[in-house]
Amino acid sequence: MAYDLIMIAVIDYGMGNLGSITKALDHVGADMCLTSDPATLAEAERIVLPGVGAFADGMRNLKQTGLADALQEEVLRKGKPFWGICLGMQFIAQRSVEFGEHAGFGWIDAEVVRFQFPDDSALKVPHVGWNNLHFLRDHPMLTRIRDAADFYFVHSYHLVTADESLVLGTCEYGYAFPACIAKGNLFATQFHPEKSQRDGLTMLKNFLTWQP
Amino acid sequence: MLKNRIIPSLLLKNGRMVKSVRFERYRDVGHPITAAKIYDAQRADELIILDITASQEKRDILFEIVREISAECFMPLGVGGGIRSVADIRMLLRCGADKAVINTAAVEVPGLIGEAAAAFGSSTIVVSIDARKHGSGTYEVFTHAATKATGKDPVAWATEVVARGAGEIFLTAVDRDGTMEGLDLALIRSVADAVSVPVIASGGVGTLEDFKRGIVDGHASAVSAASIFHFTDQSPIKTRKYLVDQGLHVRP
Repeated sequence: MAYDLIMIAVIDYGMGNLGSITKALDHVGADMCLTSDPATLAEAERIVLPGVGAFADGMRNLKQTGLADALQEEVLRKGKPFWGICLGMQFIAQRSVEFGEHAGFGWIDAEVVRFQFPDDSALKVPHVGWNNLHFLRDHPMLTRIRDAADFYFVHSYHLVTADESLVLGTCEYGYAFPACIAKGNLFATQFHPEKSQRDGLTMLKNFLTWQP
Repeated sequence: MLKNRIIPSLLLKNGRMVKSVRFERYRDVGHPITAAKIYDAQRADELIILDITASQEKRDILFEIVREISAECFMPLGVGGGIRSVADIRMLLRCGADKAVINTAAVEVPGLIGEAAAAFGSSTIVVSIDARKHGSGTYEVFTHAATKATGKDPVAWATEVVARGAGEIFLTAVDRDGTMEGLDLALIRSVADAVSVPVIASGGVGTLEDFKRGIVDGHASAVSAASIFHFTDQSPIKTRKYLVDQGLHVRP
């Protein structure tokens, strides 16, 4: 296969379901390593930033370990293909309002807010379970994935952006929110591909060959 | 649109899969990894794995089973049994679990839910509540595999753990467990209506209609079941088909 030389770095900053994401990448044939070493990021060809947890703690860990600076260099300056998953998607926004206001990487013109529903709404937060996407345009990462495919979500906060060109797919929960964004070498999803059975694995496979 | 979830649960004891009736009379029902693979092939929405192995020394068996299941099943895995600390949760997440299911320690270790939610996010923390119904019609929360009374009311306790940071409630009617006589809809509805987070209803599912009633009448976001899948020819596939025909929102 063509993926022989591809090395994906999955960033370990002490948070999230790291076992799940590494096993899913392994399953689709990725040459992958879980790392918290900024030097390894420099050697990687592609980078996945997973994450479940609190925004402020995660950002602090990324900064203290030097991973935030390394990501800036490898992803923003060198343009390596990048996938932020869940909290990893939220980090690339400008700011989050989760438990106070916290700065993100600011790679995209977006911010992170909590789901807000009217008081009489029966909708639960967190948004947990399978929900379908609505794709707004085509993208190589969506190869062999049909519109309205269901993916697994588990989150209380989501992205908002005034830049509609960022949004590749939306999801409806009370209202439509950006569930999948793409800009150049940046790709990010609020849902968990590693937990989304066949369609999730297909998307992970697409990442191995994606040439932004 | 968000789909209602059908969640098979696997009960483990010393590395084997078992099934109880009212939390007693544990009976061997096979190998957990084989079962998990079948549920994955049937596109179950999620899997909940609860370990009731008493001895701490045998805890490593659970970690190994979670590792093996998560290497082959790419659906959400909630794992519980013996979690006492943030370190226990971190270990489970590293093995491939996605959510930690906390029961006894939620009562016994003050501050655990808050600490865990701060460390891993509320959405990773599921609090499991086992409730027994008294002759008077009131309910009481039990811990230690439903052997120890706590004096707590399930609605008040669910409300409290959500305030502390629980992101989901896994609610089991102990008296219905393994009976296949139907969910305790009054219990489920009282908790589901009281909390802002999703409730997974468990205990008593014996027919496909029970899944529907848990969602429609019990107001649960998800229904968990074991016996119906172990002992009848029903499967997550047939369940989804039935619920779609009934006009419910589940995955196609």
